[in-house]
Amino acid sequence: MTEPREDSPSGLAAFEDSLDYVTVTVGGQLLGLPIGRVQDVFIATRITPVPLAPYEIVGLINLRGRVVTAICMRRRMRHADSGAMPSGTKEHELTAVGLDQGGEAFALIVDAVGEVMRLSRATFEPVPIHLDSAWAAIAKGVHRLDDRLLVVIDVDAVLNIELPIAA
Amino acid sequence: MDELLQEFLGETGEHLDMVDRELVRFEQEPNNGDILRNIFRLVHTVKGTCGFIGLPRLEALTHAAESVIGQFRDGASVSSSAVTAILETIDRIKEIMAELAEKGQEPPGHDGQLIDELRGLAQRAKQELARRQPQGSLDPVAAYLARTAETRSTEAAIAPAPGSVQDEMDLVFRAAPSPLDQPGMAHGETIRDPKATGPATLRVNVDTLEHLMTMVSELVLTRNQLLEIARRQEDAGLKAPLQRLSLITAELQDGVMKTRMQPIGNAWSKLPRIVRDLSTDLGKHIELVLEGAETELDRQLLDLIKDPLIHMVRNCADHAIEEPQERAALGKPKTGTIRVSAYHEGGSVTIAISDDGRGMDVARIRSKAIQRGLATETEVERMSESQLLRFVLHPGFSTSESVTAISGRGVGMDVVKVNVDAIGGMIDIASIAGAGTTITIKIPLTLAIVSALIVATEGQRFAIPQVVVRELVRVKANGEHRIERINNAPVLRLRERLLPIIALAGVMNRTTDAAIADDGFIVVTQIGERQFGILVESVFHTEEIVVKPMSTRLRHIPLFSGNTILGDGAVVLIIDPNGVARLVGVAAAQDETTSDDPLEMGSPVERTTMLVFRAGKDTVKAVPLSLVTRLEEVEAGLFETGGGRALLNYRGRLMPVVPVEGCALRQAGLQPMVIFSEGDFSMALAVDAIVDIVDEVLDIEMLAMPEQGLLGSAIIRGRATEILDLAHYLPKANPNWLHLRRGESGSPRVLLVEPSEFLREMLAPVLKAAGLQVVHASDPAMAAGLASGSATLDAVVVDIDRDAEAAFALAARLRAEARHAGLRIIGLTSLPTPELHVAAIHAQFDEVVAKFDRRALIAELAETRPRLRRAA
Repeated sequence: MTEPREDSPSGLAAFEDSLDYVTVTVGGQLLGLPIGRVQDVFIATRITPVPLAPYEIVGLINLRGRVVTAICMRRRMRHADSGAMPSGTKEHELTAVGLDQGGEAFALIVDAVGEVMRLSRATFEPVPIHLDSAWAAIAKGVHRLDDRLLVVIDVDAVLNIELPIAA
Repeated sequence: MDELLQEFLGETGEHLDMVDRELVRFEQEPNNGDILRNIFRLVHTVKGTCGFIGLPRLEALTHAAESVIGQFRDGASVSSSAVTAILETIDRIKEIMAELAEKGQEPPGHDGQLIDELRGLAQRAKQELARRQPQGSLDPVAAYLARTAETRSTEAAIAPAPGSVQDEMDLVFRAAPSPLDQPGMAHGETIRDPKATGPATLRVNVDTLEHLMTMVSELVLTRNQLLEIARRQEDAGLKAPLQRLSLITAELQDGVMKTRMQPIGNAWSKLPRIVRDLSTDLGKHIELVLEGAETELDRQLLDLIKDPLIHMVRNCADHAIEEPQERAALGKPKTGTIRVSAYHEGGSVTIAISDDGRGMDVARIRSKAIQRGLATETEVERMSESQLLRFVLHPGFSTSESVTAISGRGVGMDVVKVNVDAIGGMIDIASIAGAGTTITIKIPLTLAIVSALIVATEGQRFAIPQVVVRELVRVKANGEHRIERINNAPVLRLRERLLPIIALAGVMNRTTDAAIADDGFIVVTQIGERQFGILVESVFHTEEIVVKPMSTRLRHIPLFSGNTILGDGAVVLIIDPNGVARLVGVAAAQDETTSDDPLEMGSPVERTTMLVFRAGKDTVKAVPLSLVTRLEEVEAGLFETGGGRALLNYRGRLMPVVPVEGCALRQAGLQPMVIFSEGDFSMALAVDAIVDIVDEVLDIEMLAMPEQGLLGSAIIRGRATEILDLAHYLPKANPNWLHLRRGESGSPRVLLVEPSEFLREMLAPVLKAAGLQVVHASDPAMAAGLASGSATLDAVVVDIDRDAEAAFALAARLRAEARHAGLRIIGLTSLPTPELHVAAIHAQFDEVVAKFDRRALIAELAETRPRLRRAA
């Protein structure tokens, strides 16, 4: 039980409740997703591409009868390699992290899923100011690990994809 | 919270809604005993239940209300103030119930004043009755029956129903309509207790239903997979049980779907009360007509459209419907009508809210839009009326000077739009100044099971809802049906009609200019009156699909209405033909010309004799024969050149020769030519070959690029034929063409008053291609006769070159006639000078247009077109 923290900014409060992360790698970078938001991790074999969809959305996946919108993390983070993202052609195996937002199912396509980490708040730092804007928009902060850095991802920000004005 | 209390809240809430509705109905038909009995029974039930669970405040209120209603039932006359008091009581009861739901107990407070008022009403009614007592107006049998019914239904309501109930999100699970739903049935001997006869309702938690739905969807998919497998292997032992499984699954699916559907009437049950209250508050007479209440809709959608509906009806009552005096002055019935109708249409539900009020002021919207910086003046000029009307959907856009307490038009329409958008719906506004507004909302039947055609293009499968599919046509490059092109726009000839073709692959990649395959299938699609074809590579089969809503992140793509999972587990996108059409801009624009122009329909078909000729590679063109003076074949060597133009010495005069776009003058041999003359002046159009003369109904299908000298295309003798635009060639031959001959008058429905027959013939197809009907007259006198004899005229296009005086006189005469109030009068001149312009405007012309400025003329007339409806 933690006592109420009046001083903490409200944005942080939500995440500080959970310092457990599901770690994933995207383009060699270690990322942490708050464990409370991760529904499941699965392998997507078949993605249905959606013509005219935003760049980040690679398509739709059937996950046990639910239609899941798949977002490519590489593209979302404007990774240089994003063009190489297999665009939904048949037998590709893609690692996906299932999320839920407002009753809607999403999947983040990542390079690999690692272990679950429990991290101390002492190693947490805010996002460095000079981070690329695509990154800064979806990062909540950084954890200093012994040998590498873990970027904490703001799941809602990732799902907040810029949409063209509805026609 | 107490389970009993929960149930009480749910049930009572429903009863009260019904009382609301019934009371409003009763006020209109005070002699309808059935309604009254129903109300009495409902109120009595509520009262009984309150007493039973120990809610003294509610009980006291309902008791007071009941005693007033009781007096009505016994024959006292119904006053509007009494109904208002009862409605007020019901509101109070609802307030208390809301708190009850939150806190689990009645809020403290006194309702003394309200109760006193009700008691007073009851007292007065009693005295009135006592005075009339001798007549003994009440049928004792009916009274007895009504009483027994009361007691019985009270028992029923008190008896706890089986099953538990969670919150107010409860759904009434109706196996069959209960008598409560149909007050008409609850009459005389047939009054029965709903519980006693069985078609009972059961409350089921929505989550349970949702879960059931998901499970059934899963079951359907599994079944489909099994069927897939069974198809591949011959196992007789497997077939039979699988067949049964299949049937049962289908039935189960059907049943579960039904539990989610609710009549739309549930969403508008509050409307009668709202309209009644508003009309009392505003001192207006408003009649609310509800149509299609039984139209079923997924309950999720129902919840979402409820508020927008209420909002729009409020808007109508508050702003659109005029005060009674104003209406009377306008010659309208004193009572304004708000009509809300719902119906199924091609896989979606259409809800139309229309009123016969003052309509929206397009001019005001236009200036407001500019003022608010939503569009520039030039943009606004080019917008159609319906585009302009859409501005009211912008946040904070209000044309109303005074924003009343009830609603400020515009403030809130944006909320309606947001809500409708959220469920993937569409809003359309049509308004006729002075005659009313119709707002149409189209919402998709998401989360429903539909039959869909599975097609594929570029290796990806898509589903097209079967309801919009008319037929399938196989097309091959050299087959019976093949795709033809007009300026790269693919079309297909289908039963003497030209069908625009949209290649699915093309719209998806946004590469419309990409070479479209000539082989494939055309899915002929019909939306409203419009047909078009969607070109796909292959067609598989039809399949029952569970429509799943599109992800919120993808809903902006107009191409898709949802997605589904097929039998093999693949996710497939469902194509929205409307969206396809919108994306390429087919349907919308053309729909307008067909449906907005009632005159277009039912008028006698006009046949035009056309000269068909070939010009350019395999292109067939045509021109009205009446324009043609002569056909000639001339030795190419005879052509001379003068002033950069080809000339021909023809009957002693030099005649300009202009090759038709797409063909060149021959250097040797015989050059076929089509000669046009007007007065002393002639010109020749050089063509490749004269093909035929045919008599056809000239039905111009599309507007081609004006630059290419074409009006559009039509099917002539079963071939796609381009209709030549002479207006394009005449100035090439002689820029002064029209000075030689003063205008003729021709009048379309648009009345074209044009003395020159040539110009009449030339303008008629132009106007027709622009979607107008043409009536012509050769001089202003004849025009005046036509105008007074003709039922409706929307515009008059008058030549003012030949006899300006007569033209101005015609304008004055037309303006003097009240029924031509909305008429647009446009002057035609070959030499528009500022002086002439001023003179014409002075003579009450709307505009003066140069004779060769075809586009300006059409633009001017387009201005008129929306007014056609007002005239109609």
